[in-house]
Amino acid sequence: MARAASTRSRIGWTALAWGIGFLMFFPILWTVLTSFKTEAEAIAAPPSFLFFDWTLENYGIVQERSDYMRYLWNSVIIAGGSTLLGIIVAVPAAWAMAFVPGRFTKDILMWMLSTKMLPAVGVLYPIYLICIQLGVLDNRAALIIILMLINLPIIVWMLYTYFKEIPGEILEAARMDGATLKSEILYVLTPMAIPGIASTVLLNFILAWNEAFWTLNLTSVDAAPLTAFIASYSSPEGLFFAKLSAASTMAIAPILILGWFSQKQLVRGLTFGAVK
Amino acid sequence: MRLKTTLRAATALTACALGTATFADSHATTITIATVNNGDMIRMQGYTDQFTAETGHQVEWVTLEENVLRQRVTTDITTKGGQFDIMTIGMYEAPIWGAAGWLVPLDDLSAEYDVDDILPAMRNGLSHDGTLYAAPFYGESSMVMYRTDLMEEAGLEMPDAPTWAFIREAAAAMTDKDAEQYGICLRGKAGWGEGGAFLNTMANSFGARVFDEDWDPQLDSPEWKETLEFFVGMMEESGPPGYATNGFNENLNLFQQGKCGMWIDATVAASFVTNPNDSQVADSVGFALAPDTGLGKRANWLWAWALGIPAGTQKADAAKEFIEWATSKEYIELVAENEGWANVPPGARQSLYDTPEYQEVPFAQMTLDSILAADPNNPTVEPVPYVGIQFAAIPEWAGLWTQVSQEFSAVYAGQQSIDEALERAQEIAVEEMEAAGY
Repeated sequence: MARAASTRSRIGWTALAWGIGFLMFFPILWTVLTSFKTEAEAIAAPPSFLFFDWTLENYGIVQERSDYMRYLWNSVIIAGGSTLLGIIVAVPAAWAMAFVPGRFTKDILMWMLSTKMLPAVGVLYPIYLICIQLGVLDNRAALIIILMLINLPIIVWMLYTYFKEIPGEILEAARMDGATLKSEILYVLTPMAIPGIASTVLLNFILAWNEAFWTLNLTSVDAAPLTAFIASYSSPEGLFFAKLSAASTMAIAPILILGWFSQKQLVRGLTFGAVK
Repeated sequence: MRLKTTLRAATALTACALGTATFADSHATTITIATVNNGDMIRMQGYTDQFTAETGHQVEWVTLEENVLRQRVTTDITTKGGQFDIMTIGMYEAPIWGAAGWLVPLDDLSAEYDVDDILPAMRNGLSHDGTLYAAPFYGESSMVMYRTDLMEEAGLEMPDAPTWAFIREAAAAMTDKDAEQYGICLRGKAGWGEGGAFLNTMANSFGARVFDEDWDPQLDSPEWKETLEFFVGMMEESGPPGYATNGFNENLNLFQQGKCGMWIDATVAASFVTNPNDSQVADSVGFALAPDTGLGKRANWLWAWALGIPAGTQKADAAKEFIEWATSKEYIELVAENEGWANVPPGARQSLYDTPEYQEVPFAQMTLDSILAADPNNPTVEPVPYVGIQFAAIPEWAGLWTQVSQEFSAVYAGQQSIDEALERAQEIAVEEMEAAGY
């Protein structure tokens, strides 16, 4: 009796989890489906779910109008560059905060996080003027650095949390065996924190990929990533939902594929501790 | 060892990315144009190769959604960022930016360009002190679009120049809420260019004004109250549910689905609602001037998307060549030849409306009449100190009217009363204008 109740309960929870998962995924599914409709079908009421005349016309139009590969390449360079640079800066910073905490470490950590509370538009003009002065408007290198700085508090916080779970005794043992600081970080700490670092890298890559405020405001042609590509298909005067959906699908496809293949590492890194 | 190699590789990759990024971003020799994403502008991009073939100039397009574009070009021009050689701007920006010296005056356009052919309303709206600062690519006003079949069923006949009283009566007669058939669809969405623009033009026709001659806000006047009461009353009787969040696209969708008896909005929508590929009611749409109340002003606005050259660009000559090409009579003929007269950019040149083929387009004459009925220099029944119909051409307008329109939308959503909204709107306007030093 108790077993039957337990099975029912498990089925119920599973169904609920699938239901919630489907609800969360539905906007993406709907975007993909709409991208295969005509503009008239895209706004039809009631909408058709699967039974409509599937067309690739929107993808053809988007491909013809925009240089998708240039936007994609810029997104890869900017998101990848800012994530790598962020990790290189954040690993030593998080190590110092986790294993050699000073009097103000906690305050510094909180201060770093507090910079995320500043609305981006509040510093648009200063950053824009700095970019003009340095001649780096519409420049991928500038965006790599800016996005790295924006995401750095999150990277440091995540790595700090993972590092904190690594027992200091292991590092002490390494030191007793004659490991230098560099060896300690490279050969002892980092391998143990690989799941954490991997999930941090993935999460920050996604954040940088999706970042729209700075990438839209600081780019025009040469450095414009996929966010600018999508923005060029949004219109408040005219119903171009099917084309917008095709552009959106093309923009999110690479990150969806990356997420799909790396979900195991991502979940592992986000849910497990550094040392089990 | 593997880890060390990985880290080294990562560092090298980042350095490469930074390096590639720095060196790859060398200055382009082409002109860069920031533009808005709408049908006419996208069509123009398709003809860029012709311009390149004629002049040898290359063109790079930066196409953005309207609000993003506005933020982007405003940031760039105010900081002299120099990202664009041509900017697509509207009637709101052109006179303000021209007065500030941010735009190159277009006072030396060639004789073949025939600047006098540009409709006077458009030319005036894009000028400051008589100097043209942006050339109109297309212009629009607003008008009534209505379902001829439903009007006939209701036993009514739409006059060419209806009154608001008629519109309300016709809307009620065409409404069947059980069948999701609504007599009238209007913008209620907050935003100075959305519901705010519509209500301001409507208020003009009711004798209201935003400021008196001394720039004192007048939003607590009886005329404003009458306007809002009429609007809310009519929409409650005959409008669709949730109209507080409906803007251009939402109403376009409703009209194309056959759910609206009438829609008062941009003349540019006429080509959408009469396109049988998109609209279910394409063959039963009629047009009329925006309504009035007999006080001498109609509820129609005036707007143009125009091309201007930011001062300081090193490529002003090439930019001017492009503007002359894109806003010329020849460009209109090029589009007509390839895509039909219904698809040419409307509302900018008189010669277009003199073309017999264009006169056959069902909405052509009413579009012209609507544009001609709009006077940005005298937008209201009583005098005002500003230029502009659905806006006042002052830098503070966008911020001020966005806030005010939020108060109005709160009324449509049933969150506050008309009196509360007008009181709050007046407070906002007084505060903003005092802060701005008026």
